[in-house]
Amino acid sequence: MYRVRHKTSDLLYSIFRYALVIGISFIILYPLFLKVSVAFKDKQDIYNPTIYMIPQHFTLDNIRLAAQVMDYLPLLANTLLFVTITTLLTAMSCALAGYGFARFSFPGSNVLFVLVILTILVPTSTLMVPMYLHFRSFDFMGMIQLFTGKNGINLLNTYWPSMITAATAGGLKAGLFIYIFRQFFKGMPKEIEEAALIDGAGGFKTFAQIMLPNAISPLITVILFSFVWQYNDTFYSALFMSESPLISLKVASLPAQANQLIPQLMGFGSNSGIKADPNYVAMIVDTGILLAIAPLIILYLFVQRYFVESIERSGVVG
Amino acid sequence: MRTIRLSLKSRRALLGLAFISPWLLGFIFLFATPLLQSIRFSLSNLSVAPGGYVLDFVGFKNFKDALLFDATYNRILVDSVGAMLLNVPMILFFSLFTATLLNQKFRGRTMARAIFFLPVILASSAVAAAESAGLINLMGDASAVDASADGGASFNVVSIVRMLADVGLPMAYVDYIVEAIMRIYEIISSSGVQILIFLAALQSVPGSMYEVAKIEGATAYESFWKITFPMVSPLILTNVIYTIIDSFAGSPVTQAIYQTAFKTQNFGLSSAMSWLYTLVIGLVLIVVGWVLSRRVHYN
Repeated sequence: MYRVRHKTSDLLYSIFRYALVIGISFIILYPLFLKVSVAFKDKQDIYNPTIYMIPQHFTLDNIRLAAQVMDYLPLLANTLLFVTITTLLTAMSCALAGYGFARFSFPGSNVLFVLVILTILVPTSTLMVPMYLHFRSFDFMGMIQLFTGKNGINLLNTYWPSMITAATAGGLKAGLFIYIFRQFFKGMPKEIEEAALIDGAGGFKTFAQIMLPNAISPLITVILFSFVWQYNDTFYSALFMSESPLISLKVASLPAQANQLIPQLMGFGSNSGIKADPNYVAMIVDTGILLAIAPLIILYLFVQRYFVESIERSGVVG
Repeated sequence: MRTIRLSLKSRRALLGLAFISPWLLGFIFLFATPLLQSIRFSLSNLSVAPGGYVLDFVGFKNFKDALLFDATYNRILVDSVGAMLLNVPMILFFSLFTATLLNQKFRGRTMARAIFFLPVILASSAVAAAESAGLINLMGDASAVDASADGGASFNVVSIVRMLADVGLPMAYVDYIVEAIMRIYEIISSSGVQILIFLAALQSVPGSMYEVAKIEGATAYESFWKITFPMVSPLILTNVIYTIIDSFAGSPVTQAIYQTAFKTQNFGLSSAMSWLYTLVIGLVLIVVGWVLSRRVHYN
């Protein structure tokens, strides 16, 4: 009797659990399904109310048009290059800083680590105006003025501002990454380094050849998060390089551009005054958004299992 | 030339400084200096000159302007802090609940996890902007979007409100629950990282504790409140702080600050606005941290 009741309650619970998991998954995936459906839907299906999700007439025109509006392939190549470089620089500088804070005690090391936490807590908008003016006439300690007599160089709309902030561990959420690395290195046994020291390896050699190869899981965490956040970032990219071809900026201005360009691409003159059907423009915009997030989704399919595993092992918790 | 012989301790200290030197340089020149400059800007009237800028000291005028004369700033500030205070408990509750769910063993768990963390990847303000702009394009103007969002949601909300009121819940709770339901997508999509952190915390709880509790006859409910909850409580503090910080990254206040600086070119006012925002956030963080850290269980 008892066992039977136990079994039914287990079954009920597992049904309840599946209902919940499937429901929440649906809420998350629904906008994505909708975009995929729109991307392959033909124009003549827009006003057909009997269609739900699966279009009657398939077409690749939307994708072609959206790619044309966005200038997709060069844009993607450029974005990936930029994001990869900044991600690697961020990972490097944060790993160095994290190791420095975890293993060495020097005067003021605790105070400095508190300052790392402070960089996480202060909203980036506070630093926006001074950073903008700083990179508008960039001059490291007056050196450029000293040698050339000019008032610094304008680094806006180049990749340098982001590179410099990434290389000095001051980029997007870098404080968090330093924290992750520090927690991980703190948890590693000290004996490894002592052995390396006795065998004659210097500090940097120990770090590069022994500590870093063992720190794969926090490295993966940091690289994944840094890549994704950099890819999606509009704040820094709009501030420093509003005119550069980056996907995140392009997507934000996509609706306006689609409105302007679609009549031209469909064969009407630029001054003909013909406006595209707003429903059709919305379709192209949705397709464009899908194209913009597609690289991230494809990347995610390959690395998603590391996402959970690496967080568990990187010692954020410990 | 005399070589200076350093003790091992001071050599290690120098080595440590060498490791953090990239960060330290960045901190001094790209964080501390701008931070101090930002205070100066907020007290001055800044005008851009060729190759630099000119500052006129005006005292607290910018702060006064932001709070008393700017048409929308104080309303936006109160709104977004209010929304944040409303969202934080919901996100925390949802992410702890989901993490417990995903920590159990069932078929398809890997896939469920993969789907639940998808919002971390896709949470992009650019995409959100383009989507709402696309909708505006479709509807004609922004007010139509507001109206349609309300209209679309209201039909099922009424029945929920009636049902909850019939059960006898106080209206304040009913309001909160309804609010939570209306924001479910927002909450789900902004709790990805929090779920990850809770999940990691749950897996670090030793399994032997649950075995002991089971042998002693504790129910699942009891072992959740007596074992799981205290063990993950330090991470609740972490998650609260993360959620608060995350919420001001794309908040309307940040937008307003950006607009003031780069559309109307009023850099002084913009700095004052951002400092007011920083102070409010700091205050919230201190209060929340102080209240929570007294209840956290450290092992």
